Amino acid sequence: MLETSASHASQEGDSRIEVRAPAPAASAEDPEAVLPAAKIEVRNLKFYYGQALALRSISMHIYDRRVTALIGPSGCGKSTFLRTLNRIYELYPHMRAEGEVILDGENILGANVDLNRLRARVGMVFQRPTPFPMSIYDNIAFGIRLYERLPTVEMDERVERALTKAALWGEVKDKLRASGLSLSGGQQQRLCIARAIALNPEVVLLDEPASALDPI
Amino acid sequence: MISLYRRRRLFNYFQMTASVLVTALGIFVLASILWTLISYGFQGLSLRMLTDMTPPPGSAGGVLNAIAGSLVLTALGIAIGTPIGVLAGTYLAEYSERGKIAEATRFINDILLSAPSILIGLFVYEIAVVPTHHFSAWAGAIALALIAVPVIVRTSEDMLRLVPNDLREAATALGAPRWKMITQVSYRAARAGILTGILLALARIAGETAPLLFTVLNNQFWSSNLDAPMANLPVVIFQFALSPYTDWQQLAWASALLVTATILGLNIFVRLTLGKREKRS
Repeated sequence: MLETSASHASQEGDSRIEVRAPAPAASAEDPEAVLPAAKIEVRNLKFYYGQALALRSISMHIYDRRVTALIGPSGCGKSTFLRTLNRIYELYPHMRAEGEVILDGENILGANVDLNRLRARVGMVFQRPTPFPMSIYDNIAFGIRLYERLPTVEMDERVERALTKAALWGEVKDKLRASGLSLSGGQQQRLCIARAIALNPEVVLLDEPASALDPI
Repeated sequence: MISLYRRRRLFNYFQMTASVLVTALGIFVLASILWTLISYGFQGLSLRMLTDMTPPPGSAGGVLNAIAGSLVLTALGIAIGTPIGVLAGTYLAEYSERGKIAEATRFINDILLSAPSILIGLFVYEIAVVPTHHFSAWAGAIALALIAVPVIVRTSEDMLRLVPNDLREAATALGAPRWKMITQVSYRAARAGILTGILLALARIAGETAPLLFTVLNNQFWSSNLDAPMANLPVVIFQFALSPYTDWQQLAWASALLVTATILGLNIFVRLTLGKREKRS
């Protein structure tokens, strides 16, 4: 799922990913239906695991301030596609992507992209909770400290705001110094969501993050 | 059917008996070594051991200078070996998992891990004793560091590999550069394991004798000069145990007990504290 964007997609090749979103030109009365600007434009994206081609020529628009959902059977490449949008696959030398992914006019698959800046702009939450082995507070502050040097009061506010948005503040406000690992599975996942949105990213990539969360 | 069942039971019985017997033999040998050490060493234990210098034959004395020397040498060895070992382990686990250099490093490290320590001693003798024309504590510390390094490399790499890749991806996805990801997330997650490796390396080098014979030798007196021979427990034990004087032999037994007890204590400490913390997280 991609937050901040609605979508209208065109696909080529035999990729089985289906993109569902309200049709942008649904009705003329609805001002929301006016086609928004494309935040990300994917052109002919191919992805390789070693020699194996996993994504075949995907082209689509992902719109600003809309939710775009990717639906498809297990193993069809939804996560692979998401992982090209912040180039997290670069951690593994045998994986590579071809084509263009244009974020605000810049091809993020290009050679001169600052990957750390890119990942600060394009946040990601994973399927399984991955709290860092540090306190709840530091889990949130870790990402913020990478790019901003904030006075304590402001940092406290940022941490509180992020935890509130992820619906975790009430449960942890009295034990911010406790280890992130001491939380339950669902709480850990909300901690990871808070950690991602604390950076105020422009795009959030959500790889089935709610599979560990109870619906109630 | 029944004969097959009987045969299996018989075979099972035979195999189990053999395993138990062999285990019992191993434990018996270990226990008798420990028992001999304790029964001979215990008589020699006295407060004097901790307060007096190594004596000339025929007079009473202790091993204070050797204890101090061993502490200095071991501490120096670990201080030199830890950064090298942890950083090399980090390279192998975090930077080059499958590269050619990593494969070669791992192979050589495995050889070093099982190399006879007397070879390390000879090597350091050639590079640190021959050029300076005298034995020195520095040479001993280098030899001990060389023995500690492969142990630390191995455990650091193994412990860092146990850190799930999910955690590395999560840190990277927040925009953390690789070095920050390693120092703040991987090291933290593997901290208990890496520390255990360092302490085990410490226990390993605390009792090494062969590399010290060629490098620091020994010193009858108190010395804090790192550029000169220094007393140390393993070499004192070696010399005193081989001597014809009973009082020296007695001191050697007591010193051996002291070293063994210290290493045993260190191992137990590691298991009780760090092992437990590992499980909790």
